[in-house]
Amino acid sequence: MSEFSLKHPGINLGANDPEAHEAAEEVVFGFWVFLMSDLILFSLLFATFVTMIDATAGGPGGKELFDPRSVAAETGVLLASSFTFGMASIAMKYRSNRGVLLLWLAVTLLLGLTFLGLELHDFISMIGKGAGPDRSGFLSAFFALVGMHGLHVTAGSIWIVVMMVQTLVFGLSADVKIRILRLGLFWHFLDIIWVGIFSVVYLRALA
Amino acid sequence: MDASERAEKSSELRSYLIGFGLAVLLTAIAFGAVLVGEWPRATVRWIIAGTAVVQVIVHFRFFLHIDLSKSKSDDLQLILFSFLILAMMVGGTIWILANLQARMM
Repeated sequence: MSEFSLKHPGINLGANDPEAHEAAEEVVFGFWVFLMSDLILFSLLFATFVTMIDATAGGPGGKELFDPRSVAAETGVLLASSFTFGMASIAMKYRSNRGVLLLWLAVTLLLGLTFLGLELHDFISMIGKGAGPDRSGFLSAFFALVGMHGLHVTAGSIWIVVMMVQTLVFGLSADVKIRILRLGLFWHFLDIIWVGIFSVVYLRALA
Repeated sequence: MDASERAEKSSELRSYLIGFGLAVLLTAIAFGAVLVGEWPRATVRWIIAGTAVVQVIVHFRFFLHIDLSKSKSDDLQLILFSFLILAMMVGGTIWILANLQARMM
């Protein structure tokens, strides 16, 4: 094991890049503060959703609207993307060929876009059935919560593209590495939010 | 790459694989319980809630690498404090509004 102490959660760059390792501690902790404030946003949307769960105003509820196969596919794709991001972090830390890092980031991006495609397809088919966000309090809360997560995944996907470009243009400088570390935390965090969504929103309704 | 670095790399790789395996297993249990469709609803919901809580911990431990070591105690305290505040805000909101709804019936 390396003699470098671990500075923060997530992959520590350690002996592989001592300069970036030292610089990462503060910014990564700062990023955790952001993640926790983002968690508050999601939690209050969860609270809103749960209080609205029976407020269907005579419209369709979750059991009629949700398709378990689609939810399972979305869950699988997002979980796989969390794993492939882990592989990207490892490729970055152990100074693999830059192409290996870019490849894993590209796979993660592809999985993220697949997730967004599936989710958009769900939303469109729900709206097509007359179950848009304006139908009932339940559906407003549903679109606010799940849509907010979708927006975060969209932002994360754009961030992945930006980091791929930065890796190509600037190479793996300390700054670029620390940005990819934080992107990794963000991406894994979104998967944790999704665990809450598929449990509270989808599976609870389908059970 | 020397031997210690190789050992570190394989241990980090193993951590992601264990996390991924556990997450897949827990997700499969939750979806399986719903899709079987024969168990009482309350049982299924407890299974969903239980696997979700364990899966969140698995994600924090294996993907975000939060554990009980000293170097991570700042982050762990931040996370636990956030969860405490959220439990009060979310739990309180749901409690009060469910109570209000029951009284309005």
